[in-house]
Amino acid sequence: MTLISVERMKLFSTRSPWWCIVVALGLTIGFAALFTSQLGGEMPTSVAMTQQGNQFGLIVVMVMAALAVTTEYRFGTIRATFQAMPNRVAVMLAKTAVVAVLALLIGELAAFGSWGMGWVFAPDQSLVLDTAAEWRQVVGPGLVFAGAAVFALAVGILVRQTAGAVTLVMIWALLAESLIQLIPTIGDDIYEWLPFAAAFRFMSGGGDSPMSQPLSEMPIGPWPSLVYFLAIAFGLLAVSLVTVHKRDA
Amino acid sequence: MIEAVGLTKRYGSTVAVNDLSFTVKPGRVTGFLGPNGAGKSTTMRMMLGLDRPTAGKVLFDGKPYTELKHPLRTVGALVDAKWVHPNRSAYAHLKWMARSNDIPVQRVDEVLETVGLSAVAKRRAGGFSLGMSQRLGIATALLGDPGILMFDEPVNGLDPEGIHWIRRFMQRLAAEGRTVLVSSHLLSEMAQTAEELVVVGRGRLITQCGTEEFVNNATAAAVTVRTPQAERLREVLGARGFAVAPADPSQPDTLSVSDATTDQVGELAAEQGFVLHELSAQRGSLEEAFMRMTGQDVEFRTGSSDEQPGEPLAATTN
Repeated sequence: MTLISVERMKLFSTRSPWWCIVVALGLTIGFAALFTSQLGGEMPTSVAMTQQGNQFGLIVVMVMAALAVTTEYRFGTIRATFQAMPNRVAVMLAKTAVVAVLALLIGELAAFGSWGMGWVFAPDQSLVLDTAAEWRQVVGPGLVFAGAAVFALAVGILVRQTAGAVTLVMIWALLAESLIQLIPTIGDDIYEWLPFAAAFRFMSGGGDSPMSQPLSEMPIGPWPSLVYFLAIAFGLLAVSLVTVHKRDA
Repeated sequence: MIEAVGLTKRYGSTVAVNDLSFTVKPGRVTGFLGPNGAGKSTTMRMMLGLDRPTAGKVLFDGKPYTELKHPLRTVGALVDAKWVHPNRSAYAHLKWMARSNDIPVQRVDEVLETVGLSAVAKRRAGGFSLGMSQRLGIATALLGDPGILMFDEPVNGLDPEGIHWIRRFMQRLAAEGRTVLVSSHLLSEMAQTAEELVVVGRGRLITQCGTEEFVNNATAAAVTVRTPQAERLREVLGARGFAVAPADPSQPDTLSVSDATTDQVGELAAEQGFVLHELSAQRGSLEEAFMRMTGQDVEFRTGSSDEQPGEPLAATTN
């Protein structure tokens, strides 16, 4: 508990997490407002339509998670931390817990906020959360944000440099997976098993909107996809913890 | 009490610290002396569990650092004053450190007061001058009121006022019965601060002894004596077992007596009725002596050490 409260104090006594929270929420909810206000009856409103901007928040949260550890290496505070608390694995787990919970909260706020924008700009009975898939689309982003934060934090621990870690995480999540999908013949089959593909499948798939992937086309269902995504994130975290335990601080 | 036993750190084929053993006792300031690159900082990082030693261990009051429950309460260390987030205030920095070791939060105000930073406690640490950063680092070390303190080059880059303050401060800590280890690459600095020295060169222990003893050994004492009866005095000194340097033809009335004090020579001269025109002690410079002792291609030996003499230091890096 001490370790967690220390990591919480450390995270919130600098400004960057506050900015990340504001930017993540602003971009996601702002995009939802823009998107739903322009629907104009051409397309039927749906819960999935309000959640199109989640990627914005997701990326910002991942940057925040990577920064939470790379700035510690950048300014040497990681050594002050290990000096005060020599159990490095416990320290990093505490940091992961704090960042993941924050990411979860941001994700939930962003998703419900976006859904609220739907009610403001395109009020329609279809926005009522009356199916399991609709609930998943609005509650789900928080879980994915938390998993993505763990993923980015692990990369941060391994790479230790802000520029390197942020670039890696963003290129992977935004570019690499979609490029792999373009490889002829095998691209699609590989893509289905990539971590963020699984995360997006969980967040938006299986709804009644034309933009979401139907359940019948999924290799595994939405919830197993989430478990798969989280398993990869925590696997990466385990590798990073072994590394941080072994190497010189 | 700090005990280092057989501490070794290898980076690939380079040996940064080689089989280093020493002890640091409470109640006095111990200097950790060596030229830049001698492995002092690496040793300190290994002591704090930050770098993993290739071999050897360090015990603080009998326990390795990583097994201390609240390490800041046993060992306070200032390794690098820049290990602070620039956008965090001095107060916030000390607060999280205090929380991590269950140290009451009032202690933060106390140590800030001790190092004279109370007025700037809420300002971001990134804007601190070097002297202020160093003071914050010392506040961090004092936070847990530890019995053992370690400072790595604490006076580097400080102005004379700051140097004086730190020097007195460390002596006060030692006088309170704490174990104080201070590293430096300046023998003249250590000669004024430390009572005991652990001297390293190229990652190896050169000697551990009292500062005075080290300075005396390192700078061979010689006495210069000028007298119109030079030849006669040379004979008398020789008969008493003093080593007198061969006469310098340009100054036939001046003698140089090694391993002697002015007291000894003066008393002998009075006893024998010599007329003296000059009697003075000659000391080699501390820096020169230090360079000679820690230099790479010189064989070294000091009186108090039982280390094997005659092994060239250059052999340590292969």
